[in-house]
Amino acid sequence: MKAGTEYLLEALHVVKVFGTLKANDDVTLKIKPGEIHAFLGENGAGKSTLVKMIYGVLQPTSGEFRWKGERVQITNPATARKLGVGMVFQHFSLFEALTVAENIALAMPGDFNVAQLSQKISRVSAEYGLPLEPTAIVADLSVGERQRIEIVRCLLQEPRLLIMDEPTAVLTPQEANQLFVVLTRLAGEGCAVLYISHRLEEVKRLCHNATILRHGKIVANVDPTKETAASLAKLMVGGDIHVVRSIRKQNSGAVRLHMKNLSLPADGPFVTALKNISLEVKAGEVIAVAGVAGNGQAEFFDAISGERPLARDDMISFDGKPSGRIGVNGRRDMGAAFVPEERLGHGAVPAFALSDNVILTRHSTDQTLVKSGMLQTGGALAVSERVIAAYDVRKGKPDPEARALSGGNLQKFVVGRELDRKPGILVINQPTWGVDAGASATIRQAIIDLSRQGSAVLVISQDLDEIFEIADRIAVLSRGELSQAYAAGEISLEQIGLLMAGAHETKEGMSHAASA
Amino acid sequence: MRLLLEKRSEHSQRMAVLSPIIAIALTLVTGAIIFTLLGLDPLQALYVYFLEPLKFLWTFQSDDLWSLEQLAVKAAPLALIGAGLSVSYLANVWNIGAEGQLTAGAILGGAIPVFFPEWQSPITLFAMLALGVLGGMLWGSIPALLKNRFGASEILTSLMLVYVIQLVLDWLVRGPWRDPQGHNFPQTVPFADWQMLPTLDGTIHLGVLIAIVIALALAFLMGRTLKGFEIRVLGTAPRAGRFAGFSRKGAVWFCFLLSGGLAGLAGICEVMSTVGQLQPTISPGYGFTAIIVAFLGRLNPAGALIAAFALAISYLGGESAQVSLGISDKIAKVFQGILLFYILACDTMILYRPRFLPSRALTESGK
Repeated sequence: MKAGTEYLLEALHVVKVFGTLKANDDVTLKIKPGEIHAFLGENGAGKSTLVKMIYGVLQPTSGEFRWKGERVQITNPATARKLGVGMVFQHFSLFEALTVAENIALAMPGDFNVAQLSQKISRVSAEYGLPLEPTAIVADLSVGERQRIEIVRCLLQEPRLLIMDEPTAVLTPQEANQLFVVLTRLAGEGCAVLYISHRLEEVKRLCHNATILRHGKIVANVDPTKETAASLAKLMVGGDIHVVRSIRKQNSGAVRLHMKNLSLPADGPFVTALKNISLEVKAGEVIAVAGVAGNGQAEFFDAISGERPLARDDMISFDGKPSGRIGVNGRRDMGAAFVPEERLGHGAVPAFALSDNVILTRHSTDQTLVKSGMLQTGGALAVSERVIAAYDVRKGKPDPEARALSGGNLQKFVVGRELDRKPGILVINQPTWGVDAGASATIRQAIIDLSRQGSAVLVISQDLDEIFEIADRIAVLSRGELSQAYAAGEISLEQIGLLMAGAHETKEGMSHAASA
Repeated sequence: MRLLLEKRSEHSQRMAVLSPIIAIALTLVTGAIIFTLLGLDPLQALYVYFLEPLKFLWTFQSDDLWSLEQLAVKAAPLALIGAGLSVSYLANVWNIGAEGQLTAGAILGGAIPVFFPEWQSPITLFAMLALGVLGGMLWGSIPALLKNRFGASEILTSLMLVYVIQLVLDWLVRGPWRDPQGHNFPQTVPFADWQMLPTLDGTIHLGVLIAIVIALALAFLMGRTLKGFEIRVLGTAPRAGRFAGFSRKGAVWFCFLLSGGLAGLAGICEVMSTVGQLQPTISPGYGFTAIIVAFLGRLNPAGALIAAFALAISYLGGESAQVSLGISDKIAKVFQGILLFYILACDTMILYRPRFLPSRALTESGK
C-alpha cells in the first residue's frame, strides 16, 4: 500500500460531527501531486470543515488521512506544515504595523535572521512573479499584495500541498489573473493545490479536477474542463437553478435617487472617507456599484441610508427632496428602503423573533405595526408570514428567532421585508453575500422585478457575476471615490478591473474619460 | 469526562425560567455548607434564615404576620429600583450606582422637612416624593452625561458617585442639617405627619403600592410599546438599533433618568417611612441588592417584583440569624453575592447546552 501510490493526500471516509450536525459525512478526497484540485460546494456544505482537518485545526470524528500512502494523524497546524501542507486563509492574519519580512518571520519556526529572510523573500517572490518588497509596511499594501505575503509565507516552507480558501474573493480581475499564473506554475513544479472557490468560471479555467460537496457528502468528482458552469452549479445545488432574466433597456425614467458631491469624512481609524460622489439612479433601472471590499462600501451605504447624517441637505435627494440631514426613518417615510450587508446584528436583531424584526425597519412607515406607541403583534405577524410565504423562507417553527435561520433564508427574509413595502427607492449592500445559488437567484430576480415596476435600485456588490447579471449601469467605488456609471453592455470586465484598482481616482490625475 | 458547552440555535425558554430556581437551590446547598463550617446545625440554620420569615404561610397566626409586613416593606425599595435597573440593563446601560441615586433622592426630598418643618399639607407629601425622584434623576444624569459626552464607562462613574453622595449625606447630617434639638446625634429633625407616607396598618406604607404599580407599568412599557422595543433593540444589537433609527445616546439618557428617578423615589420613600429622618445610613444597601433583584427577575420589571420578595427574605433572615444564631448579619450579603454568582452561571445554559463527553474521545483526538 505504501509503495506506488499515486496520491499525495488521501482523506478516506472522513466523518466530522458537530453536536447533531454531520458537517462531513464519509468524505473521501484524493489529491495527486501537481494537480490543481477544485473543492466546490455551497455555503455550509462542509468544505471548510474538511480543509481545517487537513490543516490540523480540527480532528475528524472518524476516518483517516494518508500522506503519500502512509496513515498520518494531523493533530495541529505545526504537524501539517511539517508534512508539507500550506494554507492561505480567506481572511489574512497579518500585523498591519509590521513589515512584510517581519510578518513572515513571525510565522517561521525556530530562530531566524531577518536580513537573510528578506533575501530569501526577495528571491522566492521574484522567482514566482509575486513582486513583494520585504521592507514595506503591511498597512500600505493592497489586498492583493497582502495575499502575496501569505502565499510567499507558504512557499518559503516549500509545501507539497497548498490550500487556497476562496483566494479571488477579494481580488480585482487583473490580480486574479496573476494569481492563476502563479498557481499553474506551482502545479507544474509538482505542488498540489486544493482550490476552494464559488466562482465556477475560474474553476473551469484553472483546475484539473473538481470534487463537489453537498450537505457534507461528496456528490461528484468531475473534470471541470469538460463541464459547463451551469452543470457544475447544478451539481452543487442538487437541482436546476432558476435563471435570472433581465431585459436591459436604455432608461429615461425620472431621477429618484440623486447624489451630488456627497462627501463624508472618516470618523474613525479604519473608516474610508467618501469623496465627492455623484450619481443619479432613475426609475426603472438597477445601478450596481462594484468594488473590492473595504473601499468605502459600508460608509457609502450608511450615508445613503441616513445612519450617518450628511453635512448638507443637497448632498442627497430622494425623489427630488434634499434629505442629507434627514435620518433613516425620515428617508424610509419618503419611500426608500435599505438592506445592509450584515444580516445579523445590523439588518436583523439575532435574538428577536422574525415578527419583531419586521417592526425593526417598518415601525415608522407601517400603520399596522405600531398604533400610538403600542406594538401591534398581530400586524407584525401578518407581515412576517406574508414575507415568509412570498420569498420561500424556510424555518423550523412558526416565528423563530432571526439567529435560528440559515444565512440564505435570513437574507431572503431581510430582503423580502423591504420589498414587501414596494419601495420606490431600494439600496441594497451585498444582496447575496454568503447566500447559496438558489436563494441568490430568488433575490436577484426580485430586485430586477422591483426595478421594472418603476423603482430605482442601487446595488452595492463585490460579485462581478452578480453585477453583470442584474445591472443596467455599473459604477465602481475605489478608496471612497465613485467612477461614473457605464452602461452594462458597454463596459468590459477588464475596464472594471482598472477602475477597481483606482483608475478614476482624482489623485492619480486620471479623468473618467481616460478609463472609459 | 469532559464538559462541552454547545451553542443552542435559539435561547431556551425553559432554562430562562429554571435558571433562577436552580441558582436558589445551589445557594441553599452552599449555605448549608457554610453553616456547617461555622459549627451550626445546617438544617436549623437554613430554617431560621429562610423559612422563619415565611412562617405565616403555614401557621396562619396573626403574630407571625408581622414578617409579611416586614417583607413587603423591605421588598418595596428593592422592587422599585430593581424594575428600573432591569430596563437599564436590557438596554446595555450598566447603572451600578442606584444606591447613590437613592441617597440623592432622600437628600433632595428630605430638604423640605429640614427647611420647612412647619409646612404640613398633602402637597408636602407629593412635593417630597417629586423632589426625591428629581434628586435620583440628577445624580443619574451625571454618569449619563459623562458616557454620552466623553465615552466614560458608566459602570465606574455611577459606582464611584455612590461614595460621593454618601459622604455628602454624612456631612449634611453631621453639619448644616443636624437637628439642633437632637442631642448632637448626627441626624435631621424627625419627619412628621404629611412628611411621612400614609400607612395601611402602621407598617405597610404607600411606597409598597407605588412599587407594585410602577413595576407592572414598566413591564407593560417594555413588552408592548415601541419605546420598550427601542430599548430592547439597542441593548442587544446596537447597530440594528441605529438602522431602525433609534438613538443610542437617547437610550442612555432615558435609562439613567428612569432608573435614577426610581432609585431616588425608593430613597425618599425609605426616609419617609421606616427611617423617618435623614441620618448617615438610610439604606442597608438596597441599591446594590437591587442589581441581584434585576437579574433574578430575568430583567423583567414584573419579575423584579417577585425577586424583590426573595431578596427581602435574605434581609429578614439575616436579622433573625443574628438574633437566634448569634452570627453576623453580614451573612445576608454573603448569600446575596452567592445567589448572583449562581444566577449568572446558570444563565449560561440559556444560550448553551451542556454535554458530557466520555474521556475516551479526548484521549483519542489528543494523541
